[in-house]
This record gives sequence, C-alpha cells and structure tokens, in this order.
Amino acid sequence: MTTGNKTKGKTRRSFLKGGAAAVGLAAGSGALTGFPTIWAQNIKDVTLRQFGTGVSNLNAIADKVKEDLGFSLAMTALDSDAITQRAVTQPKSFDVADIEYWICKKVFPTGGLQPMDVTKIKYYDKIVPIFTTGKLTPESEIAQGTAPHTVTFVEGAESKAFASEPTQWMTLIPTIYNADTLGIRPDLVGRPIANWKDLLDPAFKGKASILNIPSIGIMDAAMVCESMGLMKYADKGNMTKEEIDKTMAVLTEAKQAGQFRAFWKSFDESVNLMASGEVIIQSMWSPAVAAVRAKGIPCVYQPLEEGYRAWGGGLGIASHLSGLELDCAYEYINWYLSGWCGAYLNRQGYYSAVLDTAKDFMSPEEWAFWMEGKPAAVDILNPEGKVMEKAGAVRDGGSFYERMGHVACWNSVMDEDRYMVRKWNEFIAA
Amino acid sequence: MSAAKPALRLSALAPYLQATPLGLVLAVFLVIPILTIVIVSFWDYDSVMIYPDFIFLNYEELLGSHVTWKTYLNTLKYAAFVWAFTLGIGFTVAYFVAFHVRSSTAQMALFLVCTIPFLTSNIIRMISWIPFLGRNGIMNQTLMGLGLTDEPLEFLLFSDFSVILTFVYLYAQFMIVPIFNSMMRIDRNLIEAARDNGASGFQTLVNVIIPLTKSGILIGSIFVVTLVMGDFITVRLMSGGQSASVGLMIANQISLLQYPAAAANAVVLLIIVLMMVAAMLRVVDIRKEL
Repeated sequence: MTTGNKTKGKTRRSFLKGGAAAVGLAAGSGALTGFPTIWAQNIKDVTLRQFGTGVSNLNAIADKVKEDLGFSLAMTALDSDAITQRAVTQPKSFDVADIEYWICKKVFPTGGLQPMDVTKIKYYDKIVPIFTTGKLTPESEIAQGTAPHTVTFVEGAESKAFASEPTQWMTLIPTIYNADTLGIRPDLVGRPIANWKDLLDPAFKGKASILNIPSIGIMDAAMVCESMGLMKYADKGNMTKEEIDKTMAVLTEAKQAGQFRAFWKSFDESVNLMASGEVIIQSMWSPAVAAVRAKGIPCVYQPLEEGYRAWGGGLGIASHLSGLELDCAYEYINWYLSGWCGAYLNRQGYYSAVLDTAKDFMSPEEWAFWMEGKPAAVDILNPEGKVMEKAGAVRDGGSFYERMGHVACWNSVMDEDRYMVRKWNEFIAA
Repeated sequence: MSAAKPALRLSALAPYLQATPLGLVLAVFLVIPILTIVIVSFWDYDSVMIYPDFIFLNYEELLGSHVTWKTYLNTLKYAAFVWAFTLGIGFTVAYFVAFHVRSSTAQMALFLVCTIPFLTSNIIRMISWIPFLGRNGIMNQTLMGLGLTDEPLEFLLFSDFSVILTFVYLYAQFMIVPIFNSMMRIDRNLIEAARDNGASGFQTLVNVIIPLTKSGILIGSIFVVTLVMGDFITVRLMSGGQSASVGLMIANQISLLQYPAAAANAVVLLIIVLMMVAAMLRVVDIRKEL
C-alpha cells in the first residue's frame, strides 16, 4: 500500500479517495477484506441503535457506515452517568453500547452486554496492547486505576466475571482513548505550569476549576495531592476510606479558601469557563482545549511531570442481539477498526485502537503531527476541513508514545464508590 | 317501586361516577408514583443495582449526615430570600398596574408586557445572565468603564447572589399574577369608603388592600416556595456547581444510580414542603378568601 506518495496540493478528499482505492487494491490482493462482507437482502432494513458519550457519537461515522456497510446506525449521545443508567436499567433499549472502561466495570456484571468472540475480530492482533496486556511497550509499567485490560476479558461466552489474562472473549472492543491533563490559559497564568499541584496554587485563587464528575474529579484531586507531597496512594483508582477522607479534606480546604471559580460537569461548560477568562487553569478534555483555541483564544493542554490521567472507551454488544443484527454489529466493529474511523478520531486529537490501519487513511504530515509529535509541515485540518493548527505547530505533550507512555492512572470506579460519592457531595455542599 | 330503586341507586352513585375520571388520573399519575418512591426509599442498593428490601439505612444515612442538614438549610435560605424579594417586587408591580393605571386596556397591555420574557425557555433566560455577570461580562465592564470599581466584582457570578437574582427573575411572575388577580377583584368602593373615613394612603394599603390580597399572596408564595425548594438546575448553573440544594442532591444521587437514596431524599423533601404549605394555609384560609 503506497499512500506516502501523495503530492502537495491534493485535497483531503482526493487523498481519501486515493486511500480508499489503495484499500480496495489491497482487498483485491487479499491483504485486506473489503466491506461489506455481509450480503443479505434485508441488510438495508437493519438499524443498530448505539448510545455513548458525545466524543465518539459522531454523525459522520453513522453516514459512513451507511455508505460502506449498507445498514443504519442510530446514535444517541448521553453523559457518563446517563449511559451507566441506561446500560443497567434498560439493556433492551440499545444494540451497541459505546462506553468507557470504568463504566464497563460497573455495567458488564449486570448482564446487559454479551462477550465478543475475538476470532471474529479481524484486527484483534493489531489492537494497541494497552487494551490486551496492559503494557504499551514490553517495558511499560501498568498505570493505576481501572486499566482497560483488567476489564476487557471474561472467562467464557456466558461469563460475567472478568479474566486476569487475555481470553477468547472480550467485553469491549477499544475504539477511542486519550490522556487527559490540565488546560491552562498561557496568556493569563503568567508563569510556566509543570505540576498538578499548580491547580491549587493560591496565585490562581478564584480562577481554578475542577470537574464535578465524582469518579473522575477525585482522580484529578488525587494527582494534585500526590504532587503536593501530601499523600501517597497505593492505587489512586481504588482508594481506601482514609485516603478518600484526606483527599477530600485538601479539596474542601481549597474550596473554602475560594480557590475554585466553578465546577463544571459538561464539555461546553469547561469551554465557556476557559474562553471567558472566568477560569485560567482547570481539568479539561482535549477537544475542549481545541474548541477554546478555535475561538482564537490561547489555550494549552499542559503536559505535567506526574503524568496523565487516561480514559478509554469501546464498543460492546447488547445481550439481546442475535442473528443478522449480531452479524451487523460484528461487521460494524470490524469496520470501526479498519482505518477510516481511526483516522477520523486521530485527527480530533484522540487515539484509535488499531494504529496501522488508521495510518493508511492519514496523510504523512497528519500522521507526523498527531502521532509522532513533530511540527506540522502543513496546516493541519480538522475532520470538517477547517484549519485546526497552523504549519509549524507542535501537539501539546508530543508523540503518542510520550503521551500514552506517561499515564499515571486510568479513570476508574472504586470499591468504596458509595462512600466516595457521599464525600464528594459533602465537598460540593461545603 | 321496583323500578324506582335502581334509579335511586344510580343517583346516589352519580357523584362518585363523576369524580371517577379525575380520581383515576390522580391515582395513576400521582398516587402510584409517590407510593413507588416511598417503597423504593426502603430498598437497598450498590453501585449498579437496587435490591428490594426493607431497611432504614437510606434514611439513617440521609438524616445522620450534617451535609443533609446544611443542604436543607441552604435551600431554605434560598427559598426565604427569593420569597421576600418576589413578594416585594410582585406586590409593587401588581399594585401599580391594578391601582395606578386607570385604563383597563393599558392594564392588560402592561400585564402582558410582564409575561413577555416568559415566552422563551427558562434555561435560556437563566444562562443569559452568565455572560452578563461574568468577570469580563457586561456588568463588570460597565462598572469599570464608569470608574465605579477598579477590579471586576467576583461575587456577581457563581455565588449565592447570582442564584437568588436568577430565582427572583425567573419566579417574580408567579407572584405578580395571583396578586394582580386578587387586587382586580377588590371592590373600588371599599377604597373610596376608606378614604371618606379619613384613612391615609398607607392605612388603606395596610387595612384594606393587603388583607384583601392575602389569597393572591398566599397562592404566589406557594408557587415560589415549592419551585425554589425543588429546583436543581438554577442552583447548579448559577453557583457554578459550588452550592448545593436538595434538588441537586437528589439529581446527583439519581445520576449515580443511587435510586433508593434519592427516593428517601425525595420523601423527606416532600414532607417538608407539604408542611410548609400546610403552615401557610393555616395563616390564610384560602377557601374563605377566594
């Protein structure tokens, strides 16, 4: 496959066509299997209902699925809490669930999802090893929290118990993941930011924010406490009651001293807080940083010494699915990993689960910028074709291996979940 | 005789039959849901499932936590402030329209003007305060432009001030309408009689108008107090998530699948609000006044 010989001046569209042709060629040669692989008469009547977070519930993906695979995908975007609720209380209301790994830990044991047979997953061997063995490279240390590989496998086709080693049965097929850190307004903070503890620096009194989703907020808080040297956690993703108390005490003290301007719960809130200058340092998500920058306001997704807090999501299949619809779901998942989608997500600053296939759908300049951390050789466009980064820009945090290799902990759900939520509510009320 | 008997029975049944449709609607949409909430409040739960049971743990955790008391106090504080401000504004506006505007066309026109902001969603009206009150918002820029302040006033947004301001803005109408309605029903001869008997304007207000608008004030107060007690979104958005209200506490519990805890909280809130309404109804006998 030779997608590297793209001449300058070609539009992205013609490039994509070229990429598609290359894939078609490869398919013909037997290197790849083309889509669709299901040739049923009634496939166009099939509609898979998918629900998930806003990050990956993109209409562009649904349109492309219709075009490539022939069946329809109806997407519903919800927040993490609503997703957990739906998956547990209304397992028949969806066919494909796009959920995060820490949600999977809560949801999978309730039986709403069925394990997937990895022999039907074409690119299983190429999935980034974070999701299978937990190690990005053989030398990597496994980060704290609900590391995806710990909830990726179950013992058997009927099992609801997570397996400690890779098995034939997968709970979620990874689709999208990223490493989160603090967002800052470089024009307003007035000094270099290098540590999580800077969030509670009194210099930023009344101008800091933290996200008000308890299970994630407490992880950011733990990163801060550890960075301040106040605490040392055995596992930030699974704290003891005592650790929760101490962490919340630090936060409560800061809140009462007026450190925080606001707490945010949704993506747009974090964008508005930052763009309006109400807040100059806060926990943030990568596309929120991009959204602030798109308004022409400087915003940096600041890499920090202690590392990142990472999250990942994947597709799961509802238990009630069978027959043609089940085949379509597998088809959809295989398509998801086959490159177009991965390139689409990589271009938004997320990471895709199978890097090799995504690379074929990205220009070498795009690949160098997003994945290798090199200065952009040309203007970098977002998936809608608008300029996102000017030529010469470098991605905050650098390459894929620099970012995903410095994950300190994963979003998680704790054994002391109920206690933690109570303490978090106390903190909000304090 | 035998023919008259069924007719008699039917006429005795008639009131019940007439009440049946409403009774059924209330049973299905009010009584059963509330009973469900009460039942679930005694169930057990963990992070993903709820289990039918009969335990008092939810109530123990709720009532035994100082956070609950603090949150209820905070919510009551909001309710008290908002009630006082909406009453003051509502009474003044209604009084002006009812007694100072002479032509009934102008009265209706002014009354409709009061409702114009309510033609759009209350969330949008709420959110539009955020850019107005923000650190770099219109209010702060104006104040600094006029040289009244040197630094942006931080308390304007994400504070109790902004929460109460928004509540008052959102709910003043619920006070204006019933008070205006009661005022319009006051027999103007009574006011003339008061004046003829030598009452000053203030004495007329206190001894004639206020007693006769009590029912309107009460209805408005019930609306405002129950709305504020049950609110969660205004408090969350306008305090920047920094303050708690009972509604917000319930919303948080629901979002974390802690339905039994949320149900217990809802039952306690329901009892408190019912007690408040009962207390208000004791002060003013609404049936007599109407």
